[in-house]
Amino acid sequence: MSDPSEIGAPDESIDQRPPDKRHVFDNPRNVKRVIYTLFTVCGLLLAVDLLDITGVLYHKHIHFAFERWFGFFAFFGFLLSVALVLTAKEMRKLLKRDEDYYDR
Amino acid sequence: MIDSLPPGTLLIAGALLFPVLRGRLRQAWLLLLPVASFLHLLSLGEGTLRQLELFDYTLTPVRVDSLSLVWGYIFHLAALLSAIYALHVKDRWQHTAAMAYAGSAVGGVFAGDLITLFVYWELTAVTSVFLIWARPDHLKGRALEQQAERSFRAGMRYLLIQVGSGVILLAGIALRVRGGGSLEFSHLGLVDFATGLIFVAFGIKAAFPLFHNWLQDAYPEATVTGTVFLSAFTTKMAIYALARGFAGTELLIYIGALMTAFPIFFAVIVDDLRRVLAYSLNNQLGFMVVGVGLGTELSLNGTASHAFAHILYKALLFMSVGAVLHRTGTARGSELGGLYKSMPWTTGFCIVGAASISAFPLTSGFVTKSMVLSSAAGQHYVVVYLVLLFASAGVFHHSGIKIPYFAFFAHDSGKRVKEAPPHMLIAMGTTAALCLLIGLFPGVLYQILPFAADYHAYTASHVVTQLQLLIFSALAFTVLNLTGLYPPERRSVVLDFDWSYRRALPALVGSVGRAGGRAWGGLLEAAARGLDAARRGIYRLHGPEGIFARTWTTGSIALSAALMLGGYLLFYFFY
Repeated sequence: MSDPSEIGAPDESIDQRPPDKRHVFDNPRNVKRVIYTLFTVCGLLLAVDLLDITGVLYHKHIHFAFERWFGFFAFFGFLLSVALVLTAKEMRKLLKRDEDYYDR
Repeated sequence: MIDSLPPGTLLIAGALLFPVLRGRLRQAWLLLLPVASFLHLLSLGEGTLRQLELFDYTLTPVRVDSLSLVWGYIFHLAALLSAIYALHVKDRWQHTAAMAYAGSAVGGVFAGDLITLFVYWELTAVTSVFLIWARPDHLKGRALEQQAERSFRAGMRYLLIQVGSGVILLAGIALRVRGGGSLEFSHLGLVDFATGLIFVAFGIKAAFPLFHNWLQDAYPEATVTGTVFLSAFTTKMAIYALARGFAGTELLIYIGALMTAFPIFFAVIVDDLRRVLAYSLNNQLGFMVVGVGLGTELSLNGTASHAFAHILYKALLFMSVGAVLHRTGTARGSELGGLYKSMPWTTGFCIVGAASISAFPLTSGFVTKSMVLSSAAGQHYVVVYLVLLFASAGVFHHSGIKIPYFAFFAHDSGKRVKEAPPHMLIAMGTTAALCLLIGLFPGVLYQILPFAADYHAYTASHVVTQLQLLIFSALAFTVLNLTGLYPPERRSVVLDFDWSYRRALPALVGSVGRAGGRAWGGLLEAAARGLDAARRGIYRLHGPEGIFARTWTTGSIALSAALMLGGYLLFYFFY
């Protein structure tokens, strides 16, 4: 796992000056906290689906049968987002051109 | 007299005064116009109808009903919020263009007949292009010149396409009238060639697939404030036109579904954040188009309310990225990052906009877009429903996460700038507040919708499933970044369908032209050689050395003459 403070670093390093003041996300521990919170919330949301399956308290109001599957929306969101990004990445290989492509 | 003026006229007429106003007076006028025009609209109640006899035709310049009022209200609101955002702009022609543009869009949605619609249709095109052509005053020196050049060309392409849409509309109208159809702008339906042309014309301004690139091409080349205005009017007016004329046309469901899906791929890889927002706009329009295609009361309510909410949160997103552009001189993800440190308020407002577009519970997107999804599911369009669900997750990815993340967080770009100026903060803050208010009190919006809405957005099921969809998409983003799989922002151009008419077509015309030129040249050359050969032949016979130029002796001429006469006599004697 790479250093969380390097998330999404673009190619060119255009950092010009050292930070003037310590800001919230300069501290890698804070970044880690955000990520752990995210994982926790995901876990909780999946757990809610258990309530639906067991019929306790919560009932999914759905239109189609497949929406009833455990964690349908969660996995759908996760898998399709990954598919989206990876497909887009491949598309870029094909469609990327220099900035001045149209100006030549 | 004033009550017989069409709505929006005050904006257009008032816009003409800007060139002579200065300083505080100009700013006051900028704020006054949308308010005055809005009051004028209110004075014309629902059900107002004004007609006009012109030559043989009955025109209806004003038609106020519940459908057009939704658009009328939000257009005025957008004009006011954008005006507040643009208070600092000294270029008076930009104000004229912007207000006239807003007024034309307002006039267009209250048009009761096709001719009036056409007039406003073209007016929106010719006023908005000046927002693209205006001086990019957020830049200086060489960068400004280069951007001005790009803006000029983008504006030209934009104008060609927009006016082209108008021409097709006019053709459709003319054919319709000639075929005995009515000029009334009510439900048309896709029934014949004439309505087909009108459909295409509407589709161009609504950024249908293959006709869509003008949106991504032109919007990022306009000024900081210009793009905010642009995002509100043209496309939503087109959606209104589709809702009015083609509600329930099944083809629109599929076109809309396609529109929600393909732009999100581009939005993920494109560098300029305003271009990302333009692709995002395209994606959101898709939801509205599906709503029109489904044609039920629920789905049309969904389209209208979504258009209303979308104008607000899209404007907010363009405002916040615009503020970044204004302060840093760039809107490219590859050059930005870490700006939450110097622009915390802008960051916050951007996040509200991002949450709204993603349809997070408590925001305006949650209580509006879901009507369209519900309707699609209710009508048993399984595949379309899944596509819309995918698009909902996708929009969170590129607008909900990418925009705020790469502008304000991610890798610190080192840029330290001032927070956005106060008037921009006020504009953004008000818009953000509205996004949240609609999310918290949807009933207020539901009241102005064209049909009675007994839709309940806040069911436990809806909240949970939506949160699952969105939070797990966020998880996907995080995991992709942590594993290094997420594509980094890069300075580049990404080819889209417009490659066909920006590169392929000119290249084709060029090579056909050159081939034709060579063929023609070859032809001329062959002809010249032929003529030359003929000339030489004649020279050989008749020139100084030629047979026909020789002098003959008298005796041989006499002999030839005698032979000829003798031959003739024999011929005559025997026949």
